[in-house]
Amino acid sequence: MADALTPNGKPNEPHLNRRRRIYRWFDVRIGVGSLMHEALDEPIPGGARWAYVFGSVLLFLFISQTITGIFLALYYAPTADHAHTTLAYIVKEVTGGSFLRSLHAYGSSAVVIVMLLHLTQTFLYGAYKGRREVLWISGCALLGLMLAMAFTGYLLPWDQKAYFATTVGTNMASEVPLIGSTLKRLMRGGNEMGTLTLSRFFVGHVFLLPGAILGLIAAHVFLFRKAGAAGPPSEDPINPKLPTERFYPRQVLMDTVVALLMICVLGLFSYFSPTELGPKANPADTQYVPRPEWFYLPVFQWLKYFKGSLSIVGIVVIPTLTAILVVGLPFFDRRLERRPWRRPIAVGIYLAIMATLITFGWLSRHEDQLDPAIAKQVAKQNEETERFMREPFEPEAAASSLSAPNVSVLDPAAVAGKKIYDGESCDACHGENGVGTNAGPKLAGATAQKSAEELTKLLRHPTPKMIEGEMKPVEIPDEDLKALVAYLKSLK
Amino acid sequence: MNSSPTSGEGRTGAAPPSQVEVEPINRRSFLGVLLGFGAMVVGAALSVPLLRFALHPLLTKTTDIGWSDIGKIEEFASLTAPMKKLITVDQRDGWRKIVSEKAIYVLPAKDGVLRVLSPICPHLGCSIPWVEAKQQFICPCHTAIFTLDGIRVSGPAPRPMDDLESKVEEGVLKVRYQYFRQLIPTREVLA
Ligand code: FES
Repeated sequence: MADALTPNGKPNEPHLNRRRRIYRWFDVRIGVGSLMHEALDEPIPGGARWAYVFGSVLLFLFISQTITGIFLALYYAPTADHAHTTLAYIVKEVTGGSFLRSLHAYGSSAVVIVMLLHLTQTFLYGAYKGRREVLWISGCALLGLMLAMAFTGYLLPWDQKAYFATTVGTNMASEVPLIGSTLKRLMRGGNEMGTLTLSRFFVGHVFLLPGAILGLIAAHVFLFRKAGAAGPPSEDPINPKLPTERFYPRQVLMDTVVALLMICVLGLFSYFSPTELGPKANPADTQYVPRPEWFYLPVFQWLKYFKGSLSIVGIVVIPTLTAILVVGLPFFDRRLERRPWRRPIAVGIYLAIMATLITFGWLSRHEDQLDPAIAKQVAKQNEETERFMREPFEPEAAASSLSAPNVSVLDPAAVAGKKIYDGESCDACHGENGVGTNAGPKLAGATAQKSAEELTKLLRHPTPKMIEGEMKPVEIPDEDLKALVAYLKSLK
Repeated sequence: MNSSPTSGEGRTGAAPPSQVEVEPINRRSFLGVLLGFGAMVVGAALSVPLLRFALHPLLTKTTDIGWSDIGKIEEFASLTAPMKKLITVDQRDGWRKIVSEKAIYVLPAKDGVLRVLSPICPHLGCSIPWVEAKQQFICPCHTAIFTLDGIRVSGPAPRPMDDLESKVEEGVLKVRYQYFRQLIPTREVLA
């Protein structure tokens, strides 16, 4: 590869035009040529196809999620007190906030859909065969991490839906044998859902998972390049024989077209049907019927069939077996035969799993509609969401404002002192309740440390430093001065 | 593998072989331009909401001070001297609201119009009491003196007392509380 860095021809060829010279300048220094070659010249046996676009589209979606996510973080505060207010602020006040938030929320659904398509394509084309086990496993890990992203992200708005869906989700963890309850407490940061849960989910969603995903994407792409594109199902996965076509331009074009279409669809959805925010989570609400995001509905429905002692089968045994089956696929299915019609068992199992998921998802919706009590409650919840969305944004009163410093003024002498403080215009420089201004230092906290005698003396005879800062000797009757000192001492 | 443009080694696809100028980076230029253009258009379209989102605090007044109620106008109908009132000022700080208490003066109506004065001295910012006995505003700090209308009589203040923007809505006198730059002869709002 080293020679790729070497410029060909003499350095000062007169016929080199400007663009070419600039290109060469960079090529010699950072190897643009080999980078571009590495990125764009990957050979694809049998040529470019629309079926191969999903991987690139996923990468594109991940970038889009990262960008929208970073922007959302500009206004978001991950505490139980503020999360919902900040989200309402984003959705109702910030320019383009509702759009970006919707783009991020719909984007997560898009990731799941495209991931399933990517998986399906890889599976049907038998593209996991031929020394691609690690590649496949890295893909499975990415699938798991992306689902974890969706799960952790769902809680962050801290509305009713988020709160109760996550309560159910974390409760499920407690079914895991032996470590179940520890696991649940670990996820929640305690026994109950609360602000610590939110912090944990936030850290997972914003730092840990994206970090892991980034690393795994790099590994996934590297392993893919190492194994080479598998080509169509008729191709030998280890020693491809079909004539190859480079990744650039046709495959890149196809990938880009689909990615652009994807973002346009997401944009249209976000613009015309933005994601809604429900009322703030109310843990005391016992009526609320929690429903997870659509892609978790099959699992949700599945769990209904395993009550009591059986639940361990539903929550742990069967999902674990399924996971082993999926992750271990390239180990179980070792033949090099890739054509789906020659692999009836594998394809059959795959279709059965998919059909089960779809059926359960549909059943979940269907049962909700059949049960009048639930249907009514769900309708009520939707109505509450609609109502909340129509209300104007209500800012949160800052804890530090008005009432807080006043609370300490209980002593009647201090109350009288406050009148004098305001009447003598002390507040002009030292601020309301001694919080300080540009013109004068903060008193709250400082004056409380001093004894009444010291304060009296300072007020009557300010130090030269104080006089320099425009502090005047206080000339009021002793009685009033006493009250003022009492007030100053009460400022915490 | 050598990536030099002229080698053409191992290359398949639609690369036109005869062009001397063609580089690896632009050899398949038509589609590249098309792609780049499409991506740029979509990228530009998407960066508009992103930018507007990020610049929201600069483009709209997120720290704006709104109108505060002073009281019903009847209360001030028969004033003969400036009346000190405390108002609560709601100040927005992004998604928070900071509530604070401020003093203002309502002046006796002239031709049915009520004026509202800031009690903050335009000299160095002390708050000025109305001295009933002298029928004047007298600043306790450096004894700037103002008339009942806030006009400067004597002392170091560089301008009259500052008017606050006020309005009457549904019979309620409202004011927008603001601070003004000190020590200058003109009234200039502090942002
Ligand atoms: S601050 Fe009022 S006269 Fe100086």
